[in-house]
Amino acid sequence: MKKVYFMKLGLLGLFLFATLLAAAQTGSISGRVTDESKKTLPGASVSIKGTGKSTSTDANGNFKLSGVNKGTVTLTVSFVGYTSAEKTVNVTGDVRVEFSLQPSAESLNEIVVVGYGTQKKSDLTGSITTVTAKDFVKGQVTTPEQLIAGKVAGVQITSNGGAPGSGSTIRIRGGASLNASNNPLIVIDNVPLSESGVAGAANALALINPNDIESFNILKDASATAIYGSRASNGVIMITTKKGSAGKPSFTFSSQSSVSENVNTVDVLSARQLRDVVNTYGNAAQKALLGSANTNWQNEIYNTALTTDNNLGISGSFKNIPYRVSYGFLKQNGTLKTGKLERNSVGLNLSPTFFNDLLKVNLNVKGSINKSRFADQGAIGSAVYFDPTKPVYTIPGNFVGAFGGYYEWLDASNATTGLAALAPKNPLAMLDLKQDNGTAKRSIGNLELDLKMPFLTDLRAHANIGYDISQGSGTVIIPEYAAMSYKRFSGKGGVNNQYKQNRTDILMEYYLAYSKELPSIDSKIDVVGGFAYQDFKTKNYNFTDNTFDGTVVSTPNFPYNIPENTLVSFYGRLNYAFKGRYLLTASVRRDGSSRFAPENRFATFPSAAFAWKIADEDFLKNSKVISDLKLRLGYGVTGQQEGIGNYDYLSYYNLSSGQSMYQFGSTFYNMYSPGGYYGARKWEQTETMNAGLDFGLLGNRITGSVDIYKKKTSDLLNLITQPAGANFSNQVVANVGDMENKGVEINLNGQVIRKSNFTWDLGVNATVNKNTITKLTIAPDPNYPGNKFGGISGGVGNTIMINSVGFNRGAFYVFQQVYDAAGKPIEGLFVDRNGDGTINDKDLYQYKSADPKAFLGLTSNFTYKKWNAGFVLRASIGNYMYNNVYSANGRYTSISSLATYLGNASSNYLDTKFNGITGGVNQLQSDYYVQNASFLKMDNLNVGYNVGKVLGNKASLRVNASVQNVFTITKYKGLDPEIGGGIDNNFYPRPRIVSLGLNLDF
Amino acid sequence: MKKNYFKLALVSIGLSIGLTACTNKLDLTPTNDITAAQVYSTAAGYKTAFAKVYGAFATTGNQGAGSGDIQGVDPGFSDFLRLYWEFQELPTDEVVIGWGDAGLPDFHQMNWSANNPFIKGLYYRSFYQITVANDFIRQSSDAKLASRGISGADADNIRKYRAEARFLRAFQYWALLDLFGRPAFVTDAEALGASLPQQASKADLFNYVESELLAIEPLLPAPKTNEYGRADKAAVWALLARLYLNANVYTGTPKYTEAVTYSSKVITQGGYTLLADYRKLMRADNHIGNTEAIFTINYDGLKTQNWGGTTFLTHAAIGGSMPAASFGVGGGWGGMRATKNLPNLFPDATGTLDQRSQFYTTGQNLDINDIGAFTDGYAVTKFKNIKADGTAGSHVDFTDIDFPLFRLGEQYLNYAEAVLRGGTGGSLATATTYINLLRTRAAAAAVVQADLSLPFMLDERGRELYWEGHRRTDLIRFGKFTDASYLWPFKGGLKAGKGVESWRNVFPIPSDDLVSNPNLTQNPNY
Repeated sequence: MKKVYFMKLGLLGLFLFATLLAAAQTGSISGRVTDESKKTLPGASVSIKGTGKSTSTDANGNFKLSGVNKGTVTLTVSFVGYTSAEKTVNVTGDVRVEFSLQPSAESLNEIVVVGYGTQKKSDLTGSITTVTAKDFVKGQVTTPEQLIAGKVAGVQITSNGGAPGSGSTIRIRGGASLNASNNPLIVIDNVPLSESGVAGAANALALINPNDIESFNILKDASATAIYGSRASNGVIMITTKKGSAGKPSFTFSSQSSVSENVNTVDVLSARQLRDVVNTYGNAAQKALLGSANTNWQNEIYNTALTTDNNLGISGSFKNIPYRVSYGFLKQNGTLKTGKLERNSVGLNLSPTFFNDLLKVNLNVKGSINKSRFADQGAIGSAVYFDPTKPVYTIPGNFVGAFGGYYEWLDASNATTGLAALAPKNPLAMLDLKQDNGTAKRSIGNLELDLKMPFLTDLRAHANIGYDISQGSGTVIIPEYAAMSYKRFSGKGGVNNQYKQNRTDILMEYYLAYSKELPSIDSKIDVVGGFAYQDFKTKNYNFTDNTFDGTVVSTPNFPYNIPENTLVSFYGRLNYAFKGRYLLTASVRRDGSSRFAPENRFATFPSAAFAWKIADEDFLKNSKVISDLKLRLGYGVTGQQEGIGNYDYLSYYNLSSGQSMYQFGSTFYNMYSPGGYYGARKWEQTETMNAGLDFGLLGNRITGSVDIYKKKTSDLLNLITQPAGANFSNQVVANVGDMENKGVEINLNGQVIRKSNFTWDLGVNATVNKNTITKLTIAPDPNYPGNKFGGISGGVGNTIMINSVGFNRGAFYVFQQVYDAAGKPIEGLFVDRNGDGTINDKDLYQYKSADPKAFLGLTSNFTYKKWNAGFVLRASIGNYMYNNVYSANGRYTSISSLATYLGNASSNYLDTKFNGITGGVNQLQSDYYVQNASFLKMDNLNVGYNVGKVLGNKASLRVNASVQNVFTITKYKGLDPEIGGGIDNNFYPRPRIVSLGLNLDF
Repeated sequence: MKKNYFKLALVSIGLSIGLTACTNKLDLTPTNDITAAQVYSTAAGYKTAFAKVYGAFATTGNQGAGSGDIQGVDPGFSDFLRLYWEFQELPTDEVVIGWGDAGLPDFHQMNWSANNPFIKGLYYRSFYQITVANDFIRQSSDAKLASRGISGADADNIRKYRAEARFLRAFQYWALLDLFGRPAFVTDAEALGASLPQQASKADLFNYVESELLAIEPLLPAPKTNEYGRADKAAVWALLARLYLNANVYTGTPKYTEAVTYSSKVITQGGYTLLADYRKLMRADNHIGNTEAIFTINYDGLKTQNWGGTTFLTHAAIGGSMPAASFGVGGGWGGMRATKNLPNLFPDATGTLDQRSQFYTTGQNLDINDIGAFTDGYAVTKFKNIKADGTAGSHVDFTDIDFPLFRLGEQYLNYAEAVLRGGTGGSLATATTYINLLRTRAAAAAVVQADLSLPFMLDERGRELYWEGHRRTDLIRFGKFTDASYLWPFKGGLKAGKGVESWRNVFPIPSDDLVSNPNLTQNPNY
């Protein structure tokens, strides 16, 4: 919608110029604007299309435009909350025009992109949420999914940290799987994307320029998603990019500059505190290791980072071919020093029609090149842990000497490297000396042909041929002298390596669509039937591992590997509407995946949904309160085969590398090792039931929806243990287990205030989701606690989470801490929960989980004259976090574990005074470290000003300013309560970002 | 015309792709990994697969140190030797380990449960090696060889491989018998995964291991005639001697006479002699000229890398003020020390009166107050990644030291103990001679026949074989493992030590196997 408006503004500017030059004979238009009940509407804007002329109605709803060129003009009237109206007026002198506006069902008349077609929003039977450009998150958004963070009920988008271009974890209704994927299917302009990443890019989605995106449609329930059956269990996000439009070229230019700065650092001991602690509790040798510097290592590794984002879009028509071309250039620096990203992106869309609109063609080509330097994120943990009494450089400010002049822990007894073994490495050296540069190129495109059969125009044939091709490559170079890889092989040090990957995904779809009004029985039917072929192929090149001078450390057995998988699908859908208000949708899809053995390859995924537009019934038609009401009921089954191996249904033999050989006599042999397999693996299936109510009140001033759902996943693709001796692998992904998600979603949008000069729109969404694992093993065993996962630092092989029957997925699996009278945890003392007199793993219990019980989003937008302002608030309730910084670093052994070096401790050490020895490993698994991470965040605060005409009325200008990551309110003790996965350890902080931007339309 | 063209294009693109794609496009195969038929099509392929049957002892996985054959266990923890050694040594008087890896402290505290990740790790590692061996044995039957056109010398070699694979499988079943008592049981007789494995009784498993070893004895090469690193007849005898010495523990029926018979065979027919210097048994180049090793697990710092094996035994024993360079490695991991009971077996801790006494005492306390503090307890310096010429091994992180699963020294002790326990066919006089061969090599005072007693034998085994993975089995045979009659620091989690339940003489079947195989029942009381 917005795009059209921009274009109008642009055109308007141009025409105004022309008008002034013309200065022909003029007349005037006057009139009145009323609402549906004939009450006058003050403040409605009235303009003459194609000219600069506009005005607004006065307190009595009257307007007058004078100096109008004589001739036929088109007059448009708009008012917030009402459908705009147009009238053609022949200006012969002074003419009068009356307008009566109808409340807008704008959101309900929107065309929504669904699988294999579009539908009017009012005709939807499934649970689908649309977010268009006007509602996108504002500010510095460099990756598409962040445009809708906090905007959609049931959709949780958690960014993976503050690194340039870093991705997000997206969960729709909690995700449907345990060990297979929980990521939704993302479809861009009808090209479903692969889940796998692109080498050389932090995040494959970051190769899509958010500025090219027109809308998101999020398909949540199975009746909406089942048409994408095989990949739809976790919901579908359909992204539509901007298209060309009719008329002369219009230009949109936007430019944004941002400053990013970290808000907080991890609380660790200062140099003075560390000296105090070591002098109090340390032995003589440890005291002797103390230095005299005062270094805040976290300040050393982070800096203030600048980002610029410039975008140009041109759309119009060339000889009746609507086109849009766009170019974007993003330059983003990370707050972690040395990390940066440069993205050049181009987009082209052509959407011509031929033969009297019988043939519609839609061509999309998007391309981008990401150049990144990846900062070594190991420096984050190293900076938290590095001794603050040590200087950054051996000689302050001097870059000469061993290890590039950077201070490192030495050990004279280490004859090979002189470095202290296992000591942390200088965090700044890890950043400065590691050149990890990647280039990722990606192009996504498709050609869609839609042909109305000339002999039967109700029948359309549609072909969609798409591709997603990417190439990632890069080099990792570390100099000879860097401590992190010093003399790592035969006296040679450093790294001089390369990597390369080519990905080729192909899509071919073909369907027939038949649409027919049957007035005799007051019905309408739409039928779609077709098939799809998708192939995902990646070529991963293998290279030698080299030291800096090119000495080969290891050579791969094979020059490359090409993992590939293919999906073949047949699908059909029937939409039936009776009396325009009873809507029925049924769909069925049959999918085959190359990942399953031939006998299990195909599965069928049906769905059915019913909707009743209650508001159109006679008893509500004239209601003043209820302007819209629709009931939706849906049921469907979807499948899952992502996140599992490509070839696992047969056992294949793998040749060992040059580091895994075995010696017979004096010869070393590579080893052929048989791989684990599971022939009986089949589709994981998720049944979803959904009941929803869409409503609009007071002339749709308030709109909203409520959905309740239940998702039951059975035959979970679950990593289960195998009977010993019955497989080459002790764990395989098999179809064992059941899981449930139940929840409620509420979405409310309201125009709180609508005055001519001032409007206030408020959107609220809330989601409650409850996840329960109901079955995990073939044979129930009460003594089997479940599958442990969630590795933590502080010891090798320790995990903190468990999937157990009867609990939320990923419950923390911990010991119950015992506290002293003062409320201080007693190191190593835990409740003997099973009362057997000893503390062992039988005393662990399931406690809380990282999944929120509820999450909420609130969007507020104000407009006042030419100003607008808005903010986005997001809250998460009932989610817990394992504070691994506290547990691993909040103890004296974090300061001294080996005799050759000192570390640093988390400030939590000052609270607990744990020595790190008494509690042993059990202390790491204490529930003391599982902390409430509920939060309220203001994600975004923005202000904009519409300057209006500039550059001699040739262009219109808007300027805006925004702050992202404004504040966080939480009880959580660590750096950030929102960390995907629920384990807080070495998290790349999300910076606060202040942006200034301008948009110029001409 | 144009319309027709478009229609034609659409229909042809759609239909042709759709129809051909449906079925055959879904049959995909990996790029580099190959099928059994491809692997076993040549004699060279057989040897490459055979290398895995052995190599699975030494490595954790196929792709270097970080890779793992066993899932759900840290790869670095998952090699056979490291796990086996931890089971045999950590719950005893010989070792404490200071690390906090989940489940590891349970061993010295002797409070492990069926969910312990190390218990899962070792059980599944043993079964992994059995499963790989079963696969090789199935693939190398005469019928398979004939069907693949392999004959002559190639076929003869593969038959030898097959007998060796049976030996390695028997070794693993012996280890499972010793550790778990009643594990699952599966051989090459059934197709892989065709049915759920049954549980073996101790007696059945004992009989199976014995019968396998007796059956393959004639098929294996004479002692010291096979390639280095591969099993021969002496390896079979050595395992039989160990099996028979412990038969009373396994089945309640003593077989000391048989233990005498087979340890004698090794000693008299094997052609092994003791290495001149005890202190050079565990060195980087101990594969060269090692006259004492009967059967070894081979490591190489460059070509056989993993974080377990002797890499673990060397690094984890270094900490405190110990100079890592003099052990031929880049640094210590600060993990394992001895309880005071071990140095107390020796006349002194310096090695002057018995060279087998190899301890590092500088800055170390004899007594252990804190298991987590490396400086509590004497460090052990038995494993050194140093070559005979004094230079370091090939890699600072990964050692070259080969580990003897069987060496002559143990057989002398087996012989003497079996005779003492009433086995016939040997003599106490010979036993005394054998014991003194060990003692004089180490410059320790000789003993007389009257000194030989069961308590002496347990102590002497401690002196000779400490940190070589024997202690738990020995303590159980002497009734001292769980019993309160013999204590060491932190036995049962108590600083002074305490006895624990006798059912801990065997480990529990890991929960992982119980939930996936309904044919199994847990060992008593777990």
